[in-house]
Amino acid sequence: MGARASHAAAVPGAERIRRETGFSQACLLRLHHRFQALDRNNKGYLSRVDLQQIGALAVNPLGDRIIDSFFPDGNHQLDFPGFVRVLAHFRPVDEEDPGVRDPKQPEPLNSRMNKLRFAFQLYDLDRDGKISRNEMLQVLRLMVGVQVTEEQLESIADRTVQEADEDGDGAVSFLEFTKSLEKMNIEQKMSIRILK
Amino acid sequence: MCGDLLRNTAKRGESRPQAGGAPGSGRVTASGGQAGPLPPYLRREVARARPGHQGTGDSRACAPRPSMEGTELVTKVLSTWLTLVLGLILLPSAFGVSLGISEVYMKILVKTLEWATLRIEKGAPKESVLKSSASVGIIQRDESPMEKGLSGLRGRDFELSDVFYFSKKGLEAIVEDEVTQRFSSEELVSWNLLTRTNINFHYISPRLTMVWVLGVLIRYCVLLPLRVTLAFIGISLLVLGTTLVGQLPDSSLKTRLSEVVHLTCCRICVRALSGTIHYHNKQYRPQKGGICVANHTSPIDVLILTTDGCYAMVGQVHGGLMGVIQRAMVKACPHVWFERSEMKDRHLVTKRLKEHVADKKKLPILIFPEGTCINNTSVMMFKKGSFEIGGTIHPVAIKYNPQFGDAFWNSSKYNMVSYLLRVMTSWAIVCDVWYLPPMTREEGEDAVQFANRVKSAIAVQGGLTELPWDGSLKRAKVKDTFKEEQQKNYSKMIVGNGALNLDSD
Repeated sequence: MGARASHAAAVPGAERIRRETGFSQACLLRLHHRFQALDRNNKGYLSRVDLQQIGALAVNPLGDRIIDSFFPDGNHQLDFPGFVRVLAHFRPVDEEDPGVRDPKQPEPLNSRMNKLRFAFQLYDLDRDGKISRNEMLQVLRLMVGVQVTEEQLESIADRTVQEADEDGDGAVSFLEFTKSLEKMNIEQKMSIRILK
Repeated sequence: MCGDLLRNTAKRGESRPQAGGAPGSGRVTASGGQAGPLPPYLRREVARARPGHQGTGDSRACAPRPSMEGTELVTKVLSTWLTLVLGLILLPSAFGVSLGISEVYMKILVKTLEWATLRIEKGAPKESVLKSSASVGIIQRDESPMEKGLSGLRGRDFELSDVFYFSKKGLEAIVEDEVTQRFSSEELVSWNLLTRTNINFHYISPRLTMVWVLGVLIRYCVLLPLRVTLAFIGISLLVLGTTLVGQLPDSSLKTRLSEVVHLTCCRICVRALSGTIHYHNKQYRPQKGGICVANHTSPIDVLILTTDGCYAMVGQVHGGLMGVIQRAMVKACPHVWFERSEMKDRHLVTKRLKEHVADKKKLPILIFPEGTCINNTSVMMFKKGSFEIGGTIHPVAIKYNPQFGDAFWNSSKYNMVSYLLRVMTSWAIVCDVWYLPPMTREEGEDAVQFANRVKSAIAVQGGLTELPWDGSLKRAKVKDTFKEEQQKNYSKMIVGNGALNLDSD
């Protein structure tokens, strides 16, 4: 039988993943296909190397940081639920917003807050809840490579931290981060719409 | 009763004509008349039926009768079949003539698949539009360039939100990138009644299932043995024929004979795959002293091209069956085979190929510049090595029709034998081959630009997408130089404006 036969029943734990991430059945199927296609040796999980072999990701200046976000807490294996959980951050926000959300339910992964948290942890390497000037420099360095001098980069980093920092501790906390981006259309900039 | 049957068998045995002649000779003629020596098992029966042995022969002959009739039946069937194969397939192959059987088969196949598609569309529930998005991307992409994607409510300086653009692009690449999908088989828009492509299609109706079961039976019990026989015959004839021709001294007769042998065996092998090939623009067929360049989907590409003309092949010497074939072929016709150690030395390779091309009497070389098998939806980077040799390049575009069978060899998933089995249990291999006008390197054009020009021509003709990526991404990581380009673009944006702002601060 086809090695790629992946009907809905074949996706392990589909029901639980759907509830957690909000992806539709069809989307989940497509993502499972993709997971299997990326898993070159049919190991059942993804490793960093599998993701690094995606050409378009390897040329992305933030490629390594993005790959890191899939392997939290020093894990080396990425299973399908973990894969979908990260991708769920980029699910477009549901149009029919009930407005009043049930406070007992956990916040959906693709809420504005969670999208911002995802972006924040791309900066905050040591996970201390603050983006220090050094961490800002590091991300900048990743994005520009060798094209910009150290002084120019430092001045850019200083300016950015100064603008966002409100309590004057020389670092950008998550709240300050969200405040400086409150006018930004996060929902549109950090959404990937998967066609059914 | 035993005696009666024995007598009947004897009569049949006597009147049996020799097998292996004209078609239909396998059938038994009831009329009398000896026509040749008897097969051994029948000779035994006749001997037993003679009066001298009648007494003891009776009881002995009665007991093993069923198996003897069984063997007789099997042999009859086999010889009928072999003579049919010989008459209807092998002989016409030798003369390049087609009897039209495969056309009839294809017509029936097309009608059945159309019927199946209609049934599926009628039976599919309204919401399931999965199949129609097979060839379109699964993500709604915003293809605007970096500048547009990054600009927001502010100027062009660095902003905290810039990271959004890169992370979104990165995640998009994880969900769908244009390269990884080229290394797995193309998804079909509508099911073609093969289990292996049945990913998105659910159970529709009992009639469809019955047709599918019938299809499985036909493919595995009728077509597969036939194809395996043909392949076996084809390869053995090739090895034998080329070895024999190789004994002759070099002359025009030898070249002509080797052409005949190559063409016949290739045609037999193509029929072994039920291949239907349409050649377009035959006037541009590669000439002697040129280099033929084509997109690569599977090892069958070689077969498809050599059915319409003789080429000198280039490649590594393998062991096993392939090695035997290679060594036999090179006796009849100057192919260019390299040892594994020689392949590493690029100068040596180029030198030998240059020598071959310079000799205008030698056959055109066949090269696949992609270096690896791609799934026939796109053309990837052409390696510049083949374009540095000089000479005229004759591009050829090969496009398979995926509806009848998937020709792509996913070498990480299947080895050669299981790949061949899959191909032989598909419906057919249908493809189009376009010969393109010859191209030469222009003044001021380097090998890479020339390679890209040829690649575009092939992609446009075959209706394939063009990708700048290297096919060896299948196995290796991408080079860092490409990342630097993106970084350069981004730096231009923030520093180009940042410098001005810094001054004004």
